[in-house]
This record gives sequence, C-alpha cells and structure tokens, in this order.
Amino acid sequence: MIILIAVLVLGFIAGSFGLLLGFAAIRYRVEGNPLVDQIDALLPQTQCGQCGYAGCRPYAEAIANGEAPINQCPPGGEQVIVALADLLGVEPEPLNEEHGEHKAVPMVAVIDENTCIGCTLCIQACPVDAILGAAKHMHTVIADECTGCELCIPPCPVDCITMEPLKQTLDDWKWEPPPLPGESLDEDDDEAPAHA
Amino acid sequence: MSHLYSPFVTPSSSTNRMMLNVVIALIPGTLAYAWYFGPGVLVNVVFASVLALVLEAAVLLLRRRPLKPYLGDFSALVTAWLFALSIPMHSPWWLIATGIGFAMIAGKHLYGGLGFNPFNPAMIGFVVVLIAFPKEMTTWFAPAELSGQTLGLADSLRYLFGLDDKAQWDALTSATPLDHYRTSLGMDLTISEIRQSPLFGDFGGVGWEWIANWWFIGGAFLLLTGTIRWHIPVAMIGSLLAIATLFWLIDPDGTASPTFHLFSGGVMLGAFFIATDPVTAATTPRGRLVYGALIGLLVYIIRSWGSFPDGVAFAVLLANMATPLIDYYTQPRVYGELPEED
Amino acid sequence: MPDGSRSTLPFHLHRFHGGLHLEDHKQESATRPLQTARLPGQLILRLKQHIGEPNEPRVAVGDRVLRGQKIADTPERVAAPLHAPSSGTVVAIEDRPVAHPSGKSDRCIVIEPDGLDEAIAFKPPDLERSSREDLLRLIREAGIVGLGGAVFPTAAKAETAAAHPIQTLIINGAECEPWITCDDLLMRSRPGAVIAGIRHLQRILQPAQTLIGIEDNKPEAIAAMQQALDEAVLADTRLVPIPTVYPSGGEKQLIKILTGHEVKSRHLAFEIGLLCQNVGTCAAISDALDRGQPLTHRIVTVTGTGVREPGNWIVPLGTPFEHLVELAGGFSVERPEPIMGGPMMGFEVRLDAGLVKASNCLLILNRDHRPEEHECVRCGRCTDVCPAQLLPQQLYWYGRARQFDKAEEYHLFDCIECGCCAAVCPSHLPLVQLYRYAKSEIREQQRKSWKSDRARKRHEFREARIARQKAEEEERRRKKREALAKKKSTPAAKPETELDPVQAALERVKARKAAQQIAPKNTDNLTPAQRRQIEEAEARRRKLKQGADS
Repeated sequence: MIILIAVLVLGFIAGSFGLLLGFAAIRYRVEGNPLVDQIDALLPQTQCGQCGYAGCRPYAEAIANGEAPINQCPPGGEQVIVALADLLGVEPEPLNEEHGEHKAVPMVAVIDENTCIGCTLCIQACPVDAILGAAKHMHTVIADECTGCELCIPPCPVDCITMEPLKQTLDDWKWEPPPLPGESLDEDDDEAPAHA
Repeated sequence: MSHLYSPFVTPSSSTNRMMLNVVIALIPGTLAYAWYFGPGVLVNVVFASVLALVLEAAVLLLRRRPLKPYLGDFSALVTAWLFALSIPMHSPWWLIATGIGFAMIAGKHLYGGLGFNPFNPAMIGFVVVLIAFPKEMTTWFAPAELSGQTLGLADSLRYLFGLDDKAQWDALTSATPLDHYRTSLGMDLTISEIRQSPLFGDFGGVGWEWIANWWFIGGAFLLLTGTIRWHIPVAMIGSLLAIATLFWLIDPDGTASPTFHLFSGGVMLGAFFIATDPVTAATTPRGRLVYGALIGLLVYIIRSWGSFPDGVAFAVLLANMATPLIDYYTQPRVYGELPEED
Repeated sequence: MPDGSRSTLPFHLHRFHGGLHLEDHKQESATRPLQTARLPGQLILRLKQHIGEPNEPRVAVGDRVLRGQKIADTPERVAAPLHAPSSGTVVAIEDRPVAHPSGKSDRCIVIEPDGLDEAIAFKPPDLERSSREDLLRLIREAGIVGLGGAVFPTAAKAETAAAHPIQTLIINGAECEPWITCDDLLMRSRPGAVIAGIRHLQRILQPAQTLIGIEDNKPEAIAAMQQALDEAVLADTRLVPIPTVYPSGGEKQLIKILTGHEVKSRHLAFEIGLLCQNVGTCAAISDALDRGQPLTHRIVTVTGTGVREPGNWIVPLGTPFEHLVELAGGFSVERPEPIMGGPMMGFEVRLDAGLVKASNCLLILNRDHRPEEHECVRCGRCTDVCPAQLLPQQLYWYGRARQFDKAEEYHLFDCIECGCCAAVCPSHLPLVQLYRYAKSEIREQQRKSWKSDRARKRHEFREARIARQKAEEEERRRKKREALAKKKSTPAAKPETELDPVQAALERVKARKAAQQIAPKNTDNLTPAQRRQIEEAEARRRKLKQGADS
C-alpha cells in the first residue's frame, strides 16, 4: 500500500515538473541557436578551412552539435581554444597539429605583379573578397582585409602568390607580461624570465 | 631590452619585514603569558614553530617551489605562534601537530600558499582541534597566583610529549574566566556573585587581563610601524563594546561588563593579530570597517548564545567567508565617478 | 580681479587621494645653470613625435636643410609637423632605433649638422591681425605638442577646447616626478616666455581665470614666475604654489588640487570647462608666435646617480642620448641604467636613439637587481596611495589571471601608470608593468575582434552575393526551360512563319508599305541618261545572278 502511495506521489511530482518544463520549452523557445553565434564570435573568421569545415560558421555549428572538438583552429591558436573551453565548460586541449600550426606572426598574401596573368582564379577563391581585380586586369591583395587563410595560393596557375609577414608597427607593439613571484630571475637581467 | 621596470625606486618596505614586526609585537604578550602561567606556552610556541617550518618546507618541495623566499617570509612562524597562543598552555604534541598540519596544509598550501588562502590558517588549525579534541581543549591551567604553582620547563616538556600521567596535574587545572562565567550564568548566578570568584581580577580574568593589555601594546606597535591599519581593530573593538554595552545596560546583573568582554579570551589578540591578517581580511577601507564590526558582533553572539565559551576563532572564520562579498560591495569611488552615477 | 596677478586672499587648495612623498633628488641637477648643448654628429629625428598620425618626410636624402625648415608633415588634424633643429644634410630616411620601451626601430630622418647652424629667416607673425584660427594654425605649423610628456598636438587640443567655454586655464609647472628639473630651470631662466605663451593661450581660449600651479619645492621658480607675472599684468591670472606630493603634476590630480573638480572617467578636461598646458608648451608657443620660431629644441635634464655632472641643457631634437651622457661628464657607474623620463614613469631607453619632443629627462641610475618578488598579501597599501582612487590589488589579481574584462570593470583604463602602487608594495610586485601589459592585451583583443568582425561581414556578404548569383542563374534557366517546354507542347503554330522569322519580317514590311501606299517616287519620267544607268545596273545584276546560280 505504502509503495503505491510513494509511486503515485513521485509520479505526480515528476509529471508536474515535466509539464512545467514542456510548457517552458514551448513558451520561452529561443529561435535559432545562440550558442552557434557565440562560438562563431570567438573564432578568428579567417575562413581558411584548416579545421576541416568550409569556413568558420560551419565549424561553429559542428562544435555546437558536438561533432567537432574545439582544438582544430590553427589561426585562433591557444587563445581561441581556451575561450571556447570557457564558453562551453569543457577542458581546453592543445591545438591539434594535424590541422596546421598556429602562426605567431600574422601573414598576408602578396601577388607578384610581374607574373600575374589576370585569370581571376584567386579572386574566386578568396573567402572574404580581399583581392581586387578583374579578368585580364591586374590583381592585388588588399592587405588590410586579408586574413592569411592561404586559399588563394593553390588556384593560381602561375604560382605568383606568396605569404609575407604583416609589417608590425610600433603601434601594434605589446608589453610583455611581467614575471610572477617565484619565477626564475636570472642573474643576467637581459635574459627573458621564464613564465609559469 | 632588460626587464627592469618603473618605478625605479628603492622599495620602502617588504613582506618579510611586516611579518617580522608581527612576531616582535607578539613577544611582550607571550612573555606575560609565561609569567602568569608558566613556561608551558613557550614550549608550545617553539614546538609549533619548528613543526610549521618543517611542514612548510616539505610542502614547498612537493610543490616544486624554491624554499628561500617562502620560508623567509616568516608567515609560517606567525601562524604557529598564534595557534600556540590560542590552545591551552599545556597541550599534547599530537594536538599541536594536528592543528599545525591542518593550518599549513589545508589552511594555506592547498589553496596555493601565502596570499591565496581564503581562511585564516591559524584559526583553521585551532577550530579543527577544538572540535576534534574537546577534552584536551578544555583543560586549562590556573594562573600561578591562584594555584600556587605552575609546571616548570621540564614538566612542561614531559607533558608535551605525554611522558607522564596527566592526572597528576588535575589539581592545577581550572576553568577559564569565560568558561566560569558561562556555566555560572547557566546556573542563574548574578554577575556580582560571579565576580566574587577568585578567577576574576580587576577587569577581566586574573592573569588574562594583563596579557590582554600586552596584546594591546603590541597592537599599538603594529599600528605605529604601519604594519596594520587602524580600521579592523577599531571596528572590531568598537562593535564589541557597542553591543556589549547595549546588553549590559539592559541587564547589568545578567550580562558581563563590556570591559570584561574586551579583556578576556582572544579579543585583544584577535583584534590586532588575528583579524588583521591581510590575506584573509577585507581589503577596501570601508570593507575593513564592516569586516571588523562583523567579527565583534559575532564574537558577542557566540559568547552569549553559542555553545563555545570564546567565539573569536569562529567569528574570524565566518567573516573570512564574507570577505569577497564585503569587498565587492564596498568598492571605493573612483576618481571622476560622481556619486549619482552608477 | 582687475590686477589679478598677486592676490592676498588665500587660495583654497584641495587634496587628491593617495600620492606619495618621495625624495625629490632635485638638487643634483637644479643647482647648475641652464646650458646650451653643443651639436652632436648626427640628429636622428623620428617622424612620429606626437600622438596621432605619423608625419611623412618633405625632404629627400641629400637635401641641405636649414634650422627651422619643415622636414616632415601630414595633413591629418591630430598631428604636428617636424622641423630641422640645425642646418646640415639629410643623410638618410630609414628605420633607426627610437626612444620607445620596446627598443625597436621606426622611420627617422637623419641629419648630419654642418656646424654652421644656419637658420631660415624667422618672421614673427602679425598678431594684431591674426584671428583665433590663424593663431591655432601658426601653433600647429610650429610643430608644438604638449611638452609635459603626453605630446598631444597643442593646436588640435586647443582647437577642440576653444569650441567650449573655458572657465579655468591651468598651467602645469608642478614637475612632481623626482630627479626631473627641466621645467624648474625653464621657469627660472625664461619666465617671460612662459608668461607670454600664457597670454597667447588666453587670447585663444578666453578663460575666466588662469591658475599656474608650481610645487613648493621650487622657490626660485615661483619667485621668478611671480615677478614675470607682475610685470606682465595678465588679468585674472594667479600663481598658486601647491604642496609637493607625487603625482600632483598629473593633469587630473592638478585639476583636483586647484579647482576641486574631477574629470569623469574616459572624458576630457575641456568638457568641464578646464584646460591644462605645461609651462614648456607655453614657452614654445611664445617662441612661435612672438619670434616665429618653430619647435626645434627643448630643455632636457640629464641626471641620476650614474652621471658625473648632472644638469639641464637646451638640446636640439634628434640628439642621440649617448651625446647627452657626454655632456653630463660621462658615466660614473659600471653598469648604468639609462631611463627616459623619471624614476616613476620612465622606461629604459637605447642610448643610440634620438631625443624626441617627449624627452624631458635622461636619468642614469645604477643597474640593480630586481628586489625579490613575493606573493600579494592583500595588505591594501596600494589602495591607500592610488591617486586615481582605484583598487590596484584587484587589478593585479584579475590582470594576473588574464580576466581582462573584470580588470576593465575595475577601471583599468583610468590608471595613469604613476607607479605609486608599485613603489609601496611590500611584496615588490611589478604592478604598473602588469597594468601596461593588461591594457595592451585588451587593445590587441579589440583590434583582433574588430578585424575578425570585418572578415565575417565580408565573408557573409560574399556568400550572399554568390547565392544571389546562383539564384539568378537558376531563375534564368528555369525561364528558358519553361519557354522550351511551351514550344514543344503547342503543335497548332504556323511553321512557315516560325521557320523563317526574317522572311516573316520582310512580309510584314511589304504588307505595311502596300497598306500605306508607299511606293518609290522617282521611277516615272526618267531621263534617257537615267534609263541607260538603270539598264546597265540591271545587266550587272543579271550577270551576277547567273554567276551565283551556276
């Protein structure tokens, strides 16, 4: 008898909570998937495809669906992995080097104008339309818009595109993090201290 | 480029110096303690200090940290000293070891060492042994004035290491003034009747009141050297005085006088040495006033309505818990922010 | 007040929170008189010597330039041109190490002085007929920037401020940082120039009152300035000695001391009707407007425990720092530490870099090991001394944990990097360094996020464009398919007219002509000559037709 009461009571509680949750799921439904937007906002938007997906948004969707791990973005590097780990509440993992290396210095594509034949193949390949040009006209990369994704290099039939490091001005210069207590202080002050 | 940065000035003080000042300020009170109650307290202090330093060194090695800067900052010494002053003057070695062990490991290094611990390590150690070993922690000895004799150095050492049967010293044990006051109130004695007991001196317990004075003098030294700021001691003493006075005015014969509260138990030691531990106390000036006041209030509440005779340790730990919240809500006004802005 | 220069009414000073009383080390360099520096072998002039857009060179390698000649400029508003400090030849325009904490290089114009120090003809402008805009233009053309250290182009600053009513013009003669005495010497040697510059600023800004703040550890400077002020008889201008506390020379702190007002976070002083200018800037304004001379030199203090004869020199811009060390008698220590600026806010500088407009002091200290760093014990001394009333401790914990959004919440960007917190920290934490690092990380994150937002927008636009093109293509194909389908499914159509649309068109034209009775008009009454021409043409046609048929 008492078991019956217990089952009924618990069943009733479970049922009411279920109804409440169901009601909330319908009444407060959020359109779209804000998680994908949040993930996409953290990705560097290089649109290079090194992660194995056709751009940053598809990769973001894959992460949101749980299909892809968070450590496949070389341009984002560790910073993006840590940020994604924070967002999703998972452990950050080291960058999966199979997808490429993280480059410390940002690179931009440069077209050798002497060799360019104006075929527009690179223009079609650039995911952010950073190449200016038209058929049989000179092509040039707009350095400010180039994300360094390197997608323009394979299509070029005369191999005239190279990657150059972006010129760092003193305005971009950053201070180094100061050493934390207990970090090695060498006798010779000119050596860079080790970071914890 | 070299890694020397501005400001290029000789440092005006150091953490080591601050901790050393605390140790110096503790000496007069400790000597007074030994004067009234015998060398037992000195034995405890030395034993606790050695144990604390050894334990700290061991943990630092485990954590693969350099020993010199961390051992040299005297913080282990201060923790051990405060712990030894809080426990009964004759305590077995395993009690001290448990307390120090918890204080150094669970109270400090598990969190990351000095600067990272949210709770006062000495108080953590004290509270652990208080709850785990109630019998030993309530075995206090009477001052020399009352019992006629105190244990000498040799006897103290033998007590520490459990080499003698402790029963032989039972005649010398007695309740502390706070203890006596509690039990007597529980028996519905009035204050004037309670005060008749030989345990009580001019304004506090015999012996204890003068030790409290020496803590006060040590505290003044700390204030003058800038080692501590005035906010926490003033707030703590002030709030305790305020609430004690309030209840004393309501019922003079049923509650102890404010001066009694002030000079008994761990209030003076707590106000200047324990609550002012910078790592665990609030950091903003207004926050410190709130923090100190909170401790004073909690001490009174625990003493009057709690189940422990003295509430300083618990009050400090409870206030430690509140520190982040206090800090958050007492942020000072930034230059340029007008009061009506958010 | 009609004669406002000397008032017997006590001035009500306010105090700012925190601050430090430091050993001022002024006597080392202040006791020697101001000297003029001899020319170095090379003048290395960085193109960017101000906040704002860098200049572009207006001379070429090989050009001979004269002192005061403009050598670099840019049309941007927030900028100031650069002038040659001495006559000589431009030997290079290239990257050279510059006075920057990174020790890196930047574009510089390198001039080799010929020793003649020939100048262009300086023409003092006609001030009577100059409007406010003219004066601002002249100040800009003279290359004047804030010489207190911020090097913000003065004309742009004054121009923005002049658009608002200015209650109080504040002249900053505080010079609160230890060791530095260049403003002290300027006020003692050329108080008239400073006051003249103030007069010009008053003309431009029309402030209700002017306050000159000088720290009270400079009694000679105060006396000299007071005398010059009395002689000049400026209206509503008052010299106010202020207590010597570091950093009372910070703009925000000086404003608080003299007026009691506080400038809101991330806002500027002119929004509350105040403007602050350094005494050096005032003297430069006077040189430009009274003598027509652009900014080519500045007073620099060379001092410290590491030089033999500390003092102050009038130095041409671009002088390498090692030349300044020579002027001061050379190094007196084994391991010198050259710092540009003062001990609290300065940075280590390369000795082969050239002097810039911001270089107020070269401080040579003895290189010492860094004091041992301990963990933060939350003692709160940093909070007690912070003049911006921040919580440096919280900034430290959040900066150290890289929680930069929290650090910003705790007003990281209000930190003026004065160094008071680090100077009192018992654990010897590199606090200011951490804040500088945190700020630069935040700025870089903002840059990156701006860039990635842009890339995302461009990518999305491109995707949309391709999708649109595809859709249009699909639409066209669909229409064509439909049209083809319709063709096949209607057999009652007339094949002949369908088969030959050209023939059909001709038929239509013929029918229309017949309907309208249009006929050629010149086929009647033909002359015999015309008839013969027609016959010949017909014969040709027949022959051609025969040829084509066979």
